[in-house]
Amino acid sequence: MKFSVTVTLKKDVLDPQGKVVQQTLQNMGMKTLKDLRQGKYFEVDINENDEKLAKDKVDEMCKKLLANLIIEDFKISKL
Amino acid sequence: MNSSVIVFPGSNCDRDIAVALEKMQFKNKLVWHKDTNLPKSDLIVIPGGFSYGDYLRSGAIAAKSKIINEVIKAANEGCLVLGVCNGFQILIETGLLKGALLRNKNLKFINKDVSLKVNSINNKFCKKYKLGQIIKLNIAHNEGNYFTNKDHLKELEDNNLIAFKYCDEKGFINQNSNPNGSVNNIAGIFNKNKNILGMMPHPERMIEKSVSGDDGISLFSSLLN
Repeated sequence: MKFSVTVTLKKDVLDPQGKVVQQTLQNMGMKTLKDLRQGKYFEVDINENDEKLAKDKVDEMCKKLLANLIIEDFKISKL
Repeated sequence: MNSSVIVFPGSNCDRDIAVALEKMQFKNKLVWHKDTNLPKSDLIVIPGGFSYGDYLRSGAIAAKSKIINEVIKAANEGCLVLGVCNGFQILIETGLLKGALLRNKNLKFINKDVSLKVNSINNKFCKKYKLGQIIKLNIAHNEGNYFTNKDHLKELEDNNLIAFKYCDEKGFINQNSNPNGSVNNIAGIFNKNKNILGMMPHPERMIEKSVSGDDGISLFSSLLN
């Protein structure tokens, strides 16, 4: 069972890379761009048929290693 | 005093810190990250470098290595633990020190000598310095921008848990003397019991006046009883 995980900096944590990318896009003429946050993307394949159990496992992975919960949020989606 | 320096793939300040410790008469051992037994140590040092190529987050992979369980156990039993640069990042990732080290505010790797104000001397690491003393140490990092929540920041300030703050040569602590964007110009912090110190500047690079400076010596000599 495959899941995607995105990890992004929390809203109140400064994301300097995202800011630079945002400014560059705005300089390129993307006038409607309002906000941009940069993050990390993982694809996780779990050996498990029960969707809830599999998702719980991914959740554990996020909390224990993939994300630093002090500064980052994560989002899990089934692929 | 017995010391152990933990070596990860990608550590690159392990030998420098071993040289500094041996110069100060520590009996030092280098300990490989796959070892599960930690030699009996009065001081454990986690050195600078780029453990595991900074994959995922600086220090995140090293913080889950085999030997780290022993380090955490020893630290909780009161053993002195010093983390420098990447070592500080690793201590943060283990949870032994609170907060986070973000990318430098200007997004650049900074390698330069900086002035620091000694902010706390009532502890085993800094007792040979004078309170408010301005020292010069080298920093070399990409993720040294210390961040923590308001409550913890207050706890750090109120309990004298900030070891060093970035300042200018005259000792002024402000945004101009803040190289990386750290909250309150923080360069190094203690845990509550003050047996763990994490710091971004490299004391081991300043142990020889004729080479670079010797402001790092007092940190190591403080640790010698």
